[in-house]
This record gives sequence, C-alpha cells and structure tokens, in this order.
Amino acid sequence: MVDFNGWDMPLEYPAPGGIVAEHNAVRTRVGIFDVSHMGDIRLEGREALAAVEHISMNAASRLAIGQAQYSALLYPQGTFVDDMIVHRLGEDDYLLVINAGTREKDFDWVREHTRQFQSTVRNLSDDFTQIAIQGPRAVDLLQKLSEVKLSGVKFYWLTRGTVCGLPDVLITRTGYTAEDGFEIYVPGDEKTSAMVWEKLLQAGKEFGSAPCGLGARNTLRLEGKLPLYGHEITDTINVWEAGLDRFCKMEKPEFIGRAALEAAKAEGLKRTLVGLEMVDRGIARDGYKVLDQSGEEIGWVTSGSYAPFLKKNIALAYVPPPFRDPGSTVNVEIRGQGVKARVVPTPFYQRPKRP
Amino acid sequence: MAYPSDLRYTKEHEWVKPDGKGAAIGITNHAQELLGDIVFVELPKVGAEITAGKPFGSVESVKAVSDVYAPISGTVTEVNRELASSPEKINQDAHSAWMVKIALKNPAELNSLLSAADYEKFVAEEDSH
Repeated sequence: MVDFNGWDMPLEYPAPGGIVAEHNAVRTRVGIFDVSHMGDIRLEGREALAAVEHISMNAASRLAIGQAQYSALLYPQGTFVDDMIVHRLGEDDYLLVINAGTREKDFDWVREHTRQFQSTVRNLSDDFTQIAIQGPRAVDLLQKLSEVKLSGVKFYWLTRGTVCGLPDVLITRTGYTAEDGFEIYVPGDEKTSAMVWEKLLQAGKEFGSAPCGLGARNTLRLEGKLPLYGHEITDTINVWEAGLDRFCKMEKPEFIGRAALEAAKAEGLKRTLVGLEMVDRGIARDGYKVLDQSGEEIGWVTSGSYAPFLKKNIALAYVPPPFRDPGSTVNVEIRGQGVKARVVPTPFYQRPKRP
Repeated sequence: MAYPSDLRYTKEHEWVKPDGKGAAIGITNHAQELLGDIVFVELPKVGAEITAGKPFGSVESVKAVSDVYAPISGTVTEVNRELASSPEKINQDAHSAWMVKIALKNPAELNSLLSAADYEKFVAEEDSH
C-alpha cells in the first residue's frame, strides 16, 4: 500500500501477479479499479451552465444531458488548477470529476469563482465509491450486473440505472486507460462498496479480469498519453504547451485563462510536450533532464516508464519546439549519462477500433 | 521462502555465493518481491572494480529504480548478459539469477555477511514495521 494524497492505496494487487499482468489484463480483457480517491463537485442551479462555462476551458454549452467532456480549470495565466471531466447530469446540473491531490484546492477554486452566478456548489467527494471497469470486455462484465442496456451508452456519455441491485447508480462510459470502459458511482459506505467490489471481481472471472492498482493506472494512462496533474499539467504549464488545444474552446467569449492564452498563442510556444521512445538502454523517469546532442539541458521528463503492452521504454517530456518532430533525437540524463531517445508520434497506444 | 544456506546475505537485500576465490552476486527473493516486475538491469563491465557498500548497478521495476550495492569488493570477471534481454529471470528465480561474478579482493569480507537464518530474521523484522 502507498500513501496517495492521504489515501491508502495499492500500487498493485497480490492476485494478478504484478503491474505488467494488471496492465495487460486491461488492454486485452478487463480490469477493475477502485478510484474513490477522485473528487466530485456538483454544480446546480439556474445559472449552472454560465458558472461552468466561466471556470472550464471546454464548451459545456455543447453538452447534451447525459454527455461528458474532458476539460480543465485554469488560472488567469492560462496554466492548470487541475484537469477534469465535466458531466451534464440534468438541465442545470453538472458534475465535475477532479483529481485526489487537488480536491480541496479545486473545490475552493470553483466555489470562489462561481459566486456571481445563481448556482450551488457542493463537494460530494466523500459520498461515492467510484469504481472503474476498463478494457475491451468491460461492457460484458458490467452488463452481467446491470439492467441498463450498456451497449446503448456511447463513449463519453452517461446514464443511471441499477447496478448490483442498487437503484439509480450513475454509470459513465469514461476512463483513464485509453480503453473502452465504464465508471460507476455507488454509495460510499463500506458495506455497499465492499459488496459491489466483490460482485465485480466474481462477475469478472469468466473474462479473466484483474483488480488493478495505481501502478497499472499510471502505465495505462501513459501509453495513451493521458495527462496527469503534477506531471504533464501544472500551475506553470499552459494549455498550448500541454497540447490540449482541442479541449480548449477559444471561440467562447470568456473563461478564466482565456486572455492569457490568447497572448501566449500570439507569442508562440517556448516548449511543447512530446513522446519519447528510448533508443539506447535505459528508462527515463519523471524529473530526468532532457539534453540535446551537445549535452545542453533543453527540457525535462514529466512521466516515464517501461510500457507493459508496447514493451518499450517510453516517456513524455517538455522540449523546445525545434525538437518536436517525430524522428528528432535527444538524450535523457540517466544517472549522470546521456541516453539516446527518439521523438515519436503520440499517443503511444491507441485502442483498435472494434465493431 | 526458504533462503538457501549456501548463500550469504546483506541488509540491502543482495546475496553472495562464494566459489573458491570468486563469488556470484544477485538480489534476494525478498528484494524482487518488493520491486515487483523487473524490466531493466544495468550492470558493470567485465574488469570493473566494485567496492563493498557502494552501488555497482541498478535494477528497475515498472514502479521503481533501485541501486544494487556490492556486498563485497572485487573485480568483475563475468556479467550475466541474459538479464539484459530477460530481466524477469530475477522475478522468476532471484537466487539463481546472478548478476555478476567477481574475483574477491578480500575473502575475509565474506565473514561480515549474514547467514540465511540471520537474513530471514532480518526480513521478518523489517516486514513487521
């Protein structure tokens, strides 16, 4: 067990036999994650949409009821308070799912910056046990325990229905693994949570499911180039640098961070996030320096690991734009030595299209 | 886990298998359990001098990087090249997956290492913390 922002969480579970086995269960079958550490903020009221539009870089106005979108809360400088998924639950009813380590900061930020709107902001983080069921067989596993026709829920849409006999459970087709999958929100009491967890594990057996810890969660999201707060996105990195342009809607007349982003766009990029694949032997780890051919420091690694499905050593790193093109070579400083790496297209992994 | 009695051990979780004037060195089963899936091993070259108590290589699992400390001093005579392409051998059988063989500089250093029984006791105490 490790301490993750105050949560006692497993890096891996004993049964599957390690992070690699858990990771590959998700890529080829299905994995089950306890992600109750994620925070939940509910915004409701007559001006809830205007409130969300003010604090979110994506366009919540485009969401139909029952739809979700990736977005971020930004500082006025255009840098990150946190990233989040915005869910539209009802007419004037939004759920923001945020990171564990930033829960209090995010909640305070949202409350503070939505005061001028007629909306209520509630921190529901401790009300739910959130469980992610991820992988190509996720739909088959969860369908065994739910009366909702899950094949009818599209990616990044949500519904409510019975799961494990519990009525009105929020079911979203979302995840953080670069696979198809669902996240369910069940009452957070220990008895209910344990019951649901056990039923999922039982129902998953016929699909070769694995309980998955934080270790696999990290390697899965890295292969899919899904950003992690504190690594790829921080309070000093802006949206353009992080390459999240398509989730930032500059056609919106106003949102916190917009003006700074407009200015930053005019100035041009100083650094940009790229994918690296190690050419020589070595694994780039978070915080390692990136050097050019002459040994000059040009950037840093934000996340790096052995990629269990791709069976390569990969990393994400910030480098100056001249190094951004696939095929460029850089060195990563590993224990005092420059180790050669190549810039590669991202995401490293993309799930195959399935009928 | 039974720790083989013909090996000597360190509190940094390495093992040494003495063999005449030389010895093989690896990491213990307890170490591989702590690390999890091992995906990368970095070792010195033949001819390199290693010094007791100083790192001579490193082992990386998916989740962590760990130095490997020399239990005893000597000159590297052989490197287990198989570990470069199959680092998982250490997970599969830590006590036979040797990393380097060395010519001992000072065989008396062997006396300061732990016996299997002492190491097992040390691991049990560490686990209870």
